Amino acid sequence: MNHMSVPEKLSINKYELDDGHPHIEVHTEICNTICKTKACLFVCPANVYSEQEGKIVADWAGCLECGTCRAACPTDALQWEYPRGGFGVIYRYG
Amino acid sequence: MDDKFDVIIVGAGLAGSAAALKLAQAGLEVVLVERGPYPGSKNLSGGVLYGRILNDLVPNYWEEAPIERYITNERVVFMTEQASFNIDFKNQAFKEAPYNAISVLRGKFDRWLGEKAEEAGAMLVPGIKVDEVIVENGRAVGIMAGDEEMRSDVVILADGTNSFLAEQLGLRKKFEHSHMAVGVKELIGLPRETIEDRFNLTGDSGVAYGIVGYATQGVAGGGFLYTNKETISIGLVMHLDELIETGKKPSEMMEEFLANSLIEPLIRGGKMLEYGAHMVPEGGLAMTPQLVMDGLLIAGDAAGLSINNGFVVRGMDLALSTGISAAEAVLAAKKKEDFSAAGLGIYRQLIDDSFVMKDMKTYAGAPSFMKTERLYEAYPEMLVNLMTKIYTHNGQPKEHMVPIAMKSLKESGISLFQVAGDGLKGARSL
Repeated sequence: MNHMSVPEKLSINKYELDDGHPHIEVHTEICNTICKTKACLFVCPANVYSEQEGKIVADWAGCLECGTCRAACPTDALQWEYPRGGFGVIYRYG
Repeated sequence: MDDKFDVIIVGAGLAGSAAALKLAQAGLEVVLVERGPYPGSKNLSGGVLYGRILNDLVPNYWEEAPIERYITNERVVFMTEQASFNIDFKNQAFKEAPYNAISVLRGKFDRWLGEKAEEAGAMLVPGIKVDEVIVENGRAVGIMAGDEEMRSDVVILADGTNSFLAEQLGLRKKFEHSHMAVGVKELIGLPRETIEDRFNLTGDSGVAYGIVGYATQGVAGGGFLYTNKETISIGLVMHLDELIETGKKPSEMMEEFLANSLIEPLIRGGKMLEYGAHMVPEGGLAMTPQLVMDGLLIAGDAAGLSINNGFVVRGMDLALSTGISAAEAVLAAKKKEDFSAAGLGIYRQLIDDSFVMKDMKTYAGAPSFMKTERLYEAYPEMLVNLMTKIYTHNGQPKEHMVPIAMKSLKESGISLFQVAGDGLKGARSL
């Protein structure tokens, strides 16, 4: 099997994108002041989180809805909930 | 009241649909609410369903259920970077229905079970996310989804491992890192004949691999590989606390696992069809939430139920069983028209008397044993080292087995005392 990047893998998945309704909010001021691990940057299997210009941002469209980021976040910086009904990742196989 | 139902079930996974099917069969008015566009669309498992509990729920299920393969071959692989030591168990008796274990794909399997519940008379409402449970005077009386309100005598929470609703109600605490594991999975498409030739399978028989050691690069957890009809489910499960400590990335560990020279030939030529992730509640009894309150029950992953003893990883059979128990408890409460925590209290007893809690208790030590770090590096290395010595013939005279074994042990840095301790702990907890 050829190596595939995470974005390539996600592009094969099926998603119903809920344009304009992000289901993840990052209060990056909390991340930048009290968070030591910034675990969201590495634990997320979909690499949703990245640090850009000193802020943590969530590319929420590719979220696999596992909830690992929320469980790993040591602060209240992450507001992660499920997308609205009918939206988000759609596992065809699962 | 016209618009009040007997039961509202949140989540059409295995626990929710099992409960809905049972309750609808008994003639109750049941609403099954699912946030995905169809049952199974939000669900992901490694993919082996153990136990004959499914046959209790749907007799002769194999005649209609979308099962992939029945597992006749179980393998445990102790893996280092370059070598592996396998325990390979085959039993032709596992070929007989009702099968001991089957591989399934949740997107298909849960859809089928949801349809069974619908056929029995349950009302399936897909595409709706439940935002909260309505509580009046300490009692659950219905649900809110957006501005919509729906009321019932009983609410069953089967909303999965993240169960936001149980957390909102204060029935479970915020997750502890040490109780959770992250599962990452890829589904690889291959022609049926290739899978059967590659894994020595005949007909619809299948193989399940549990892979310990280098697969997770020293992080507690393991790899898995299950054969389906025309696909292979492959992935890793990693304990969250150790991921955080080591700073390792699940996506990168997965790539390295798939590229490993022991694993790559198994999926060679395949086509990646889906990439998914799911959190697994692995804290055992220590993380069981409060399962009953006035007007409400919790079942399945939402109840934190799974068992991982190193050989098998189970969750789906526990979900089915607790779904059935929840339905039985509601029916008992319905007879007395008492839907208080006391009236529904038989639920706890039904679970305690079923294989669910018996097995959870039998394997109560497993979560702690599975954190033994030697399992993931030192022991696989020791085994491989030992086998390498036995099979290596390089012109040097051979020694007897016992000194070879002692040497391997020494080289792996484990003391006899530790082996004895781990052996005892393992024997006790498994």
